[in-house]
Amino acid sequence: MAPSRGCGGKNFYDTLYGSLVYHLSDFVTMSLTLEQVHRIAHLARIEVDEAEARRTLGQLNEIFSLIETMQAVDTQGVEPMAHAQELAQRLRPDCVTENDQLALRAAFQAIAPEAEAGLYLVPKVIE
Amino acid sequence: MIEFSLAEIAQALASREISSVELTGLYLDRIARHNPQLNAFITVNAERSLAQARAADDRLARGDAQVLTGIPIAHKDIFCARDWLTTCGSKMLGNFVSPYDAAVISRFHEAGAVLLGKTNMDEFAMGSSTETSFYGPTANPWALDRVPGGSSGGSAAAVAARLAPAATGTDTGGSIRQPAALCNLSGMKPTYGVISRYGMIAFASSLDQAGPLARSAADCALLLNCMAGFDERDSTSLDRPREDFSRELTAAASSRPLAGLRIGLPEQFFGDGCSPEVMQLVEAAIAEYRNLGAETVAVSLPSMQLSVAAYYVIAPAEASSNLARFDGVRYGYRAPAYDDLTDMYCKSRAQGFGAEVKRRILIGTYVLSHGYYDAYYLQAQRIRRLIASDFAEAFRQCEVIIGPTSPSTAFRLGEKAADPVQMYLSDIYTIAVNLAGLPGISIPCGFAAGLPAGLQLIGNYFTEARLLNVAHRYQQATDWHLQCPAGHA
Amino acid sequence: MKQWEVVIGIETHVQLSTRAKIFSGSSTAFGAAPNLQANAVDIALPGVLPVLNRRAVECAIRFGLAVDGEIAAKSVFARKNYFYPDLPKGYQISQYELPVVRGGRLPVQVGEREKMIALTRAHLEEDAGKSLHEGLGQAAQGRSGIDLNRAGTPLLEIVTEPDMRSAAEAVAYARALHALVRWIGICDGNMQEGSFRCDANVSIRPAGETLFGTRREIKNLNSFRFLQQAIDYEVRWQIATIEDGGSIEQATVLFDADSGETRAMRSKEDAHDYRYFPDPDLLPLVIDRQWVAQARAELPELPAARRERLMADSGLSAYDASILTASLDLANYYEATVTAAGKENAKICANWVMVDLAARLHREDRDIGESPISAAQLGGLIARIADGTISTSMARKVFDELCSGGQASSADAIIASQGLQQISDSGALTALIDELLAANPGMVAEFRSGREKAFNALVGQVMKATRGQANPQRVSELLRQKLA
Repeated sequence: MAPSRGCGGKNFYDTLYGSLVYHLSDFVTMSLTLEQVHRIAHLARIEVDEAEARRTLGQLNEIFSLIETMQAVDTQGVEPMAHAQELAQRLRPDCVTENDQLALRAAFQAIAPEAEAGLYLVPKVIE
Repeated sequence: MIEFSLAEIAQALASREISSVELTGLYLDRIARHNPQLNAFITVNAERSLAQARAADDRLARGDAQVLTGIPIAHKDIFCARDWLTTCGSKMLGNFVSPYDAAVISRFHEAGAVLLGKTNMDEFAMGSSTETSFYGPTANPWALDRVPGGSSGGSAAAVAARLAPAATGTDTGGSIRQPAALCNLSGMKPTYGVISRYGMIAFASSLDQAGPLARSAADCALLLNCMAGFDERDSTSLDRPREDFSRELTAAASSRPLAGLRIGLPEQFFGDGCSPEVMQLVEAAIAEYRNLGAETVAVSLPSMQLSVAAYYVIAPAEASSNLARFDGVRYGYRAPAYDDLTDMYCKSRAQGFGAEVKRRILIGTYVLSHGYYDAYYLQAQRIRRLIASDFAEAFRQCEVIIGPTSPSTAFRLGEKAADPVQMYLSDIYTIAVNLAGLPGISIPCGFAAGLPAGLQLIGNYFTEARLLNVAHRYQQATDWHLQCPAGHA
Repeated sequence: MKQWEVVIGIETHVQLSTRAKIFSGSSTAFGAAPNLQANAVDIALPGVLPVLNRRAVECAIRFGLAVDGEIAAKSVFARKNYFYPDLPKGYQISQYELPVVRGGRLPVQVGEREKMIALTRAHLEEDAGKSLHEGLGQAAQGRSGIDLNRAGTPLLEIVTEPDMRSAAEAVAYARALHALVRWIGICDGNMQEGSFRCDANVSIRPAGETLFGTRREIKNLNSFRFLQQAIDYEVRWQIATIEDGGSIEQATVLFDADSGETRAMRSKEDAHDYRYFPDPDLLPLVIDRQWVAQARAELPELPAARRERLMADSGLSAYDASILTASLDLANYYEATVTAAGKENAKICANWVMVDLAARLHREDRDIGESPISAAQLGGLIARIADGTISTSMARKVFDELCSGGQASSADAIIASQGLQQISDSGALTALIDELLAANPGMVAEFRSGREKAFNALVGQVMKATRGQANPQRVSELLRQKLA
């Protein structure tokens, strides 16, 4: 069982303020619940109805039983590999490269679902 | 003409035996005739292609042509091409006319190649059969009731059916090599970073790599010469000296051209997972390689069995994030009715994405979420490291690794569509190569019950030229790659 | 009545002074029409990719060195995933587990006391765009407009330990940080334009308690006054809530400057699972020691060092030194004034800069960079006060003339042309005093009967007779001699 990431949550003060909760992941024997499917679907902003969620749940559990074959492997001391190459980030010079921004904006907004006066429009944002 | 190699077409164009307009017209006619059965293309725009062909003819007349000037090339619909509809096989981008060119598209434009059309693909490249495309499945020209493989199935079907001289694809877990195998083509995934990803719609950024799909290794080399090269717009693009990937192919043919080559045969490629018919063809190909002078050594990739599991954590995780930009705000599909902002997101994405894409976004969201990251994502990355180390170890003992590309020949349309896990396992031999970032090529190695099978060659980093030569020598000695599906000659 | 201790930590988003954005070639200039500084990368077209701006990294290195933090040899960019219309990719590129700067500290002047605030980290990230809710056309009723000009602007997020114990300390920290980032040239400090924004994490606990209370985070405070007001309100609210038997729930709150109150945000409530992971489009940022050494060599003398030097060289108090090092421009102005006036006059210079000049700048709403009088001019004036050429009251007149007269004139020229020199000559003054004493026998008698006031009146008479030009000190010396 693995504890949650060292510094999870949105803010580094989580740890500092001593409110860190250790989520013990129960992956070893687990299967997803319907409630979890709804939660991740909402996190991913994908609407799912109840029937779809049920269908998805079955498929995901099958896929996770495949994925969980990984868990048997002892990887202690193995450095995680995030990239296919061991290279450093290349840096660009601090130069402005765009010149005809009016034409660019017109081209970009020609394919926008809803735009007006140079702005992309969305349903009202509530803060 | 449709059986000409790219070099032969180039010569015909250079000698004015045929014009680019005539050649492009020839292929457009074939597309018009055969595409309705195959559904290999999502977008064809004859007028636009012919205009490019005319420009290429001018260039040929001026005498400043390059090898690919005037040759029509089909592009996977994952590459953004300015003023072309670029759908990525999705309803989400059903109205997306790209305002810019991908690096790969620009390079073909600069070479004077003609954009022949945009080919069908699994939605956002997520699939191994081209069945997840919103624009309907593509049929395999060798058997219309079978899949062409995926996700670059449209490109593979188009080249196999001689609807295009060559095509581009992308390969995240086998999406060039597996359709090449299933359609009797040569298809290469280069070392990660050799071809710019700029403008190639991202599926899994650390695995995605573009490559050529063609009728021979020699054709692949010419295409790779055009596609490869440093691009400052892609942080993962490699700044390496330019190389001629066909440089080794010109050496004179001999009876034992591969004398001294050590071929590694990993035990994991020759176990139970592969169908006996395919295995038989692979064994025969290995025997042919021995005839050509190569020796074989047993190697092992012990962590390879875990590659599918690791891949189905890493690729969906990256995809879940890469596909977050499709939110109905700046481009692409927006649901017609919704209550508020969140509902607009949820409905647009629910309606705009197909089932497989949604499934992978959910997997990816889950494995990255709070409390599961270490157990899934980090563990998968550690296994990725083990897999890469296995290859490094194997390449101490051999120069090229050989095995099957796909465990079976083309399966029937719909056969695996309802069973994601079965579908995922069809990439068992190709995925590890992406995880390690290595170059790999699939070449035709014979037929089982009339269906083509593919031989996979894997090389160490940056050994594309060597791999292409090893493939080319086999193709000089065999004629599997010259076979054409019935009805398309 | 229970005693409460306030605990504050601050996260500041500092906009870095680059020409182009952190991952694209769009301009970062402020004030363009909507979406005219948003290219394919900024609006996150399918297929586009980020490449890191070198100057943004340089700014981070400068900052790390200035606060004595550790510059990470290797740091990693991560994706922070959440949906918001001003976040075009659906994730923000930031740094998470491996930030570019770790640790560090910033000395802060709280009144007469210095306090060291410990920094947790500083990391590079991109800014989001802007959502506009007002002023849209008729057709856009019930809509918000999205402007992505700001999306991709480079930010350095600077995070402190929960080290501050009052709103005053928080403001002092914010001011010191604001001064520092401008001092080292990594931020223009323009708070109206959002170049420097603070989030304050506020909690309270009973005095003597060692565990922290539950914090609430006040977002996006873009003035020192708001920072003060918001924390004051928040602390009162938290105390009242707990003393009423309630409890504090962790929340993100906004400060409403009109009502002076904080309120919890309605949106983003489910967004706490950001699913951070290393950005596969960006490779690790590697900073070699040579680059750090070069940045160190290019760094100006830092405020703390400058403060120490001013105290040692000019004998200034800690307080005066901290005021004069509020910005690099001010400190440089002050030192140039001292150079012109002479080192021995440093204290007079400090007074003139902090009092007379500051008042004038304040009245005209100008920055020291736009001072109507140059440091050379002011120094020249101060030299004439010090050597007794003019009186302080005359000097004020000359100061005003210099301020309105442009950079060409000098104190000496004005003094000469208007005959403002002080009269210190004993002969001339003695004659004048003799005349006055003869004409005012009553006053002389009063003084002799012990009324000191009469003496001052006599000095005043002399000053009046010379239209203020007489050296008052000399006058009183001579008078005392005469009346002795």
